[in-house]
Amino acid sequence: MNQPVIAASSRPAVARGFRLQWEAAQNAHVLLYPEGMIKLNTSAGEILKRCDGATSIADITADLERAFATSNLSEDVMRFVNMAVEKQWLKIPS
Amino acid sequence: MAENPVVNAPARPGPPLWLLLELTYRCPLHCAFCYNPTDFARTAAELGTDDWLRVLREARALGAVQLGLSGGEPLTRDDLEPIVAEAHRLGFYTNLITSGVGLDDARLHALKKAGLDHIQLSFQDSTRQMNDFLSSTRTFDLKSKVAALIKQYDYPMVLNVVLHRLNIDHVEEILDMALRLGADYVELANTQYYGWAWHNREQLLPSRIQVERAEQTMKRFRERVGSRMQIYFVVPDYFERRPKACMNGLGSIFLTIAPDGTALPCHAARMLPGLEFPNVRGASIEEIWYGSASFNHFRGDAWMKEPCRSCPEKARDFGGCRCQAYLLTGDAANADPVCDLSPHHHLVTEAVARAERPGAGAPRPRPEEKPLVFRSVRNSSIRM
Repeated sequence: MNQPVIAASSRPAVARGFRLQWEAAQNAHVLLYPEGMIKLNTSAGEILKRCDGATSIADITADLERAFATSNLSEDVMRFVNMAVEKQWLKIPS
Repeated sequence: MAENPVVNAPARPGPPLWLLLELTYRCPLHCAFCYNPTDFARTAAELGTDDWLRVLREARALGAVQLGLSGGEPLTRDDLEPIVAEAHRLGFYTNLITSGVGLDDARLHALKKAGLDHIQLSFQDSTRQMNDFLSSTRTFDLKSKVAALIKQYDYPMVLNVVLHRLNIDHVEEILDMALRLGADYVELANTQYYGWAWHNREQLLPSRIQVERAEQTMKRFRERVGSRMQIYFVVPDYFERRPKACMNGLGSIFLTIAPDGTALPCHAARMLPGLEFPNVRGASIEEIWYGSASFNHFRGDAWMKEPCRSCPEKARDFGGCRCQAYLLTGDAANADPVCDLSPHHHLVTEAVARAERPGAGAPRPRPEEKPLVFRSVRNSSIRM
């Protein structure tokens, strides 16, 4: 299967069949899918909740840097998005 | 979630993340490998809608998040739609586990609208003849139509096929069928021997050669189709040397509510002797999960006997399956005899050896020769 090319202008979205939500009982974001669940760490949750299919990776990164008063997150975000696309949590709409 | 009702309980267990509602024991199919209890016809009346909705609210408040709707056939309940709608509203991820019988366009439309997330459709075999024989019904064509309907409503197509001696040689045909139907996922689930399957074990247990051949076939198929269709092969534990980490330990994640409201730490656990499982008619989910003696009984490792108690692997497999230990050895606190460290392991190897009898693994089994007992109200009332 051809993986889509992921660029800073790509607008990732949570894939069909997956649902991201905050679980107070686990004090974490979780990614739900058929008969399964992934408990996310803080950074994974913060990135994924911004993947709405309309916001580019560049804008997601800028928003995270603003929210957490830091810089140089683009490599981390790109690495995570690539991993999440590979795991099919995220898709890049064509 | 500010409440913390139990203050002096060390090692308080986590929440029941996985809630399985067995909405009914009624089922239009009569599968000989069903895990439902063989005496299901004797159980009390099903919970009403309001009770199921209360169970959903209470479990969700504790942190339950994955919901299985099963049975029996959950579609025989005409309140499935409001149950799904409330579950969705509460934030559950909702999974319908169904034979497909009763799933027409109108109901699927309503379920989609109610927020149903996922459907798992069972098939008994790749051929009409074997599917219909194994489920003691005529449902093959209907299931094929339902599969198309599930795709039409943009659900991932997830097929579940229970494997055993009578169909395991058809794995290639089963996977071809799944591909034709456009399945995204196929679960080849080797029979686990509880309930009706336990009763029929001698007829259903495949030979080792059959299992190995099926696994090879599955692997070749997987290489051929790539990621287009994902295939899961649930290895039959009778052929293993270590037990499964059943339910991740009783009372750690899973909560099943049986049709009559009995709360169980596993859908087969009702058989375990000496435990009074609470009923949701008389207790809240919180009282049941954290406070009842039967749910606390198999938590931790105080209940374990040797060789489990001093075994370093107990943290990984929790001694295996309590129900299997009970069925095979008569004592639920024994090691699961699947483990080759168990002094009862020979009970498993002897059953496997019996499955090697002549005719095992024949390319064309002749099921009409096997005296299977099908799951039916009549058989449940009379024969069990």
